[in-house]
Amino acid sequence: MSPEDEAKNPPGGCHMCLALPGKVVEIASDNRRSALVDVVGMRRRVDLGLLEDDRPVPGDWVLIHVGFAMSKISEADALDQMRTLEMLGESEAAVQEVRGYGLEEVEDKHSP
Amino acid sequence: MKFVDEFRDPELIIKAAEEIRRLADPDRPYRLMEVCGGHTHAIYRFGLKDVLPPNIELIHGPGCPVCVLPMGRIDDALSLAMDPDVIFAAFGDMMRVPGTHGSPLEHKARGMDVRIVYSPSDAIKLAKMNPQKHVMFFAIGFETTAPSTALTLQRAKAEGIHNFSVFCNHVTIIPAIRAILDSPDMRLDGFIGPGHVSTVIGCRPYEWIAKNEHKPIVVCGFEPLDLLQSIVMILAQLQKGEAKVENQYKRVVPWEGNRAALKAMADTFQLRPYFEWRGLGFISQSALRIRDEYAQWDSEQRFHVQGIRVTDPKAAQCGEVLKGVLKPAQCKLFGKECTPENPVGALMVSSEGSCAAYYNYEHRKANLVTSLSSPA
Repeated sequence: MSPEDEAKNPPGGCHMCLALPGKVVEIASDNRRSALVDVVGMRRRVDLGLLEDDRPVPGDWVLIHVGFAMSKISEADALDQMRTLEMLGESEAAVQEVRGYGLEEVEDKHSP
Repeated sequence: MKFVDEFRDPELIIKAAEEIRRLADPDRPYRLMEVCGGHTHAIYRFGLKDVLPPNIELIHGPGCPVCVLPMGRIDDALSLAMDPDVIFAAFGDMMRVPGTHGSPLEHKARGMDVRIVYSPSDAIKLAKMNPQKHVMFFAIGFETTAPSTALTLQRAKAEGIHNFSVFCNHVTIIPAIRAILDSPDMRLDGFIGPGHVSTVIGCRPYEWIAKNEHKPIVVCGFEPLDLLQSIVMILAQLQKGEAKVENQYKRVVPWEGNRAALKAMADTFQLRPYFEWRGLGFISQSALRIRDEYAQWDSEQRFHVQGIRVTDPKAAQCGEVLKGVLKPAQCKLFGKECTPENPVGALMVSSEGSCAAYYNYEHRKANLVTSLSSPA
């Protein structure tokens, strides 16, 4: 790896601090705290327990930290956040992060 | 600056940079601290220093949870995980962080059952999948990740999952800012406030910084424009002789924070009397421990923890760099004994630490230029 590449991909990131935008697809019928969410092109179970006071509905966008939705945001802000992750060189990390949710066991069958 | 052209509002970026030049008095230095490690990373990544006048200095604060974690905590947790019946689960960020006898990844290579999880709730899942083992989740982070650990503890209790516990290292940002301001060699003019932490705690907890310390603080987003606008807001306050809390990141951060998250944290955690921070030493009431009601899910209450203390080598000047007294490259060990590949001090441990960020972007860039320009 050249010094330039290494500068682009510094070792030892801080992925737990990433905030990932996701679109709520479906709230679980047996557990309203659990939602199927579209995050960076994958569908994962995300915990809505921290948004009890302002529950999202399908179609809403949320910012996710370590598998938990932390705040509701607008679609425009969600797209900006994706762009920020890209500019920060963190979109790969975001994909890796989301892929890991659910110990890679959640099926991607709903994905387009 | 690197990304002006590809950003959606290049004119706004240029305008903000002009506004900064207009507001900054060329005859005085400005020392502004960005508290959050995410901001430090963004500042280097976007090359923001290139657009700021030379008399505005950005000091990189203590907001990288991996960096400020004392090595003794890793040693303590790994020593519990030597038990073959224990699974050590942690975020990927922790895997390469060195303990006295190696990182979690190196322990894995020697046979320890070490698993990466991306969410604390997956650690519970791991416990359910391995009923004959005990899963110890190594929890780390500021108020951004603490609420998810809180909900996970509540769930473990509600579902009666007994082969699961949390080794809690959560820290809180306000006491760290206070410690920095209390330090006699510290001179700061204002703060760029953390974005995601503030989503949870809101803006109110910063009011003492404005009222008692008379320093402006602006809660800030992570885009280049966010950072520049926040600097404009701080400079405008300084020009008018004001000191208040402002929220530049309103699109995500509510003034009151996230009440459900704060409630879950209050239910499961209480403040520790004191906690050690790498580079800053012991800070009172700066970290969270698990409440007695959840003792069964607290690794420290459930098992015997040695309380190992490892002092940083004296030559490492992390404290001075954290307080902005020294720049990363002015530390005696920087780039020699201490590199991101072999970190000696706290700030080199994760890419969001100020020394690692400086090394990865500035130092490597400078070396590349030197090697290209020197004759073969």
